Amino acid sequence: MAERRIRVLVGKPGLDGHDRGAKIIARAFRDAGFEVIYTGLHQTPEQIVSAAIQEDVDLVALSILSGAHNTLLPAVKEIMKEKGAADIVLMAGGVIPEDDIPGLKAAGIAEVFTPGTSTETIVGWVRDNITPHA
Amino acid sequence: MTLAERVLDGDIRAAARLMRDIDDRFKSAIEELKTLYPHTGNAYIIGITGPPGAGKSTLVDQIVSAYRKKDLLVGVVAIDPTSPFSGGAILGDRIRMNRHADDAGVFIRSLATRGALGGLSRSTTDVVNVMDAMGMDVIVIETVGVGQDEVDIVSTAHTTVVVMVPGLGDDIQAIKAGILEIGDVFVVNKADRDGADRTARELTTMLEMKHPDPAGWAPRVLQTEGARGVGIEALVEEFDAHHIYLKESGALQRLIEERNAKLFADTLREELFETVFGAIKGNGKYDEILAGMRDKSIDPYSAVQEVMAGRAFP
Ligand code: B12
Ligand SMILES: Nc1nc2c(ncn2[C@@H]2O[C@H](COP(=O)(O)OP(=O)(O)O)[C@@H](O)[C@H]2O)c(=O)[nH]1
Ligand SMILES: [Mg+2]
Repeated sequence: MAERRIRVLVGKPGLDGHDRGAKIIARAFRDAGFEVIYTGLHQTPEQIVSAAIQEDVDLVALSILSGAHNTLLPAVKEIMKEKGAADIVLMAGGVIPEDDIPGLKAAGIAEVFTPGTSTETIVGWVRDNITPHA
Repeated sequence: MTLAERVLDGDIRAAARLMRDIDDRFKSAIEELKTLYPHTGNAYIIGITGPPGAGKSTLVDQIVSAYRKKDLLVGVVAIDPTSPFSGGAILGDRIRMNRHADDAGVFIRSLATRGALGGLSRSTTDVVNVMDAMGMDVIVIETVGVGQDEVDIVSTAHTTVVVMVPGLGDDIQAIKAGILEIGDVFVVNKADRDGADRTARELTTMLEMKHPDPAGWAPRVLQTEGARGVGIEALVEEFDAHHIYLKESGALQRLIEERNAKLFADTLREELFETVFGAIKGNGKYDEILAGMRDKSIDPYSAVQEVMAGRAFP
């Protein structure tokens, strides 16, 4: 019978070629039983939000190691609001200085994970915080 | 407004949510599909199959561009396998189609097989119907392509495209039986690689032996380079030719009727199973049968006959 499966978009915004982390996260999510839409490298915030809407994901999980997190992540959240999709949770990970995290959270990014975090911790956070759309 | 009404009103989020309800087998989705059904039947449906890595997603991306140039609305349904271990999936076909993400004239949906074996998901036909009702002129379905018997695509699409790559060489004889029967159009992609001409020639010879009827549709072999967009115009022209053939020969009507019959039979099968199984689980009969099989006082075949004959369900 009817049972929701968590759907997550994993992608990399901007001009950032570091995709190992994103792939590891995508695999961890698959192994946790989630359906992962992997959009790959070089996504604009607009493309990410459009894809998230068409795929009806519960969570957008972005990986950024380029240093451009302070502009890209809030931009994604803004476009979500413009397109009536602010209910989709946005999380991020990668090389992101601790000092930047409070500002990102204030901009609506739900959680940020930095290098060295175990995938168990990340999957656990998703299970605890994501309830699939009714 | 109901989801279906919102879909007909052009609401993208509603369409995406309805597809999810269909995929997650929500009962409510059936009601919405009822509303949409009268608005379906207008889209031209293309199915793309072929082994992993042959370039299906890359070709879909190019085909979408070609139809967008003609100002047609395009839907894409891309299917990837569910992991049998976790039930999760990585759906990666979108990687090749990202440039269309922003285009309001394109709607792309990734689906996981969720245990289905015929190359599609159980939800594919209904998801296609939602796209059809949304007003998509062309809908392209990319199958899993893991070399299973990808037969479902034939009853779902109007035109079935089989994508192969050069270098099959002598192995071409080993191409799975059945693949020659299902294709309306054959593509040798990666034509930039050695052996493309030879593969195309061998394939053509095999097809000529299979399709001796000059009055019917004779599938041709086309060469493409998906990555550079070479040969796409000719490919889309071939689709158009096949679509016209289907309409003029009456084959389209036959396909539509087969598709309707299949959708009815599939829905009936599921409803019957759910009703009967739900009833015997609810009234204890199922546990009785399990116990009976355990001590060999009943076999599964007799148990089913008993359930059916005894109307052990309402
Ligand atoms: C490997 C590597 C490369 C490889 C990348 C290969 C690939 N395909 O990924 C190569 C050699 C190509 C490379 C190139 C460059 N790199 Co480099 N690279 C690294 C390095 C050493 C490791 C990154 C890595 O793969 N780690 C392993 C993965 C598994 O870890 P991770 O991505 O951090 O992921 C973990 C967490 O961050 C988190 N996570 C990550 N993403 C996400 C997403 C979500 C949603 C969640 C929840 C969690 C999460 O979970 C993971 C598990 O814990 C880092 C230094 C470092 N120690 O981080 C530099 C580093 C990222 N690179 C850097 C630079 C500068 C570059 C170059 C610009 C160098 C140059 N001048 O050419 C180029 C740019 C390439 C490009 N096109 O973008 C800098 C970035 C500086 C910054 N951000 O300010 C770093 C930090 C090195 C440094 N200290 O200066 N690099
Ligand atoms: N050399 C070459 N590579 C191609 C061509 N078309 C696609 N590819 C590459 O083949 C790989 C697999 O393509 P993809 O579309 O994902 O294949 P799919 O698994 O069948 O969907 C990608 O790296 C493509 O860039 C082509 O015409 N020539
Ligand atoms: Mg593909």
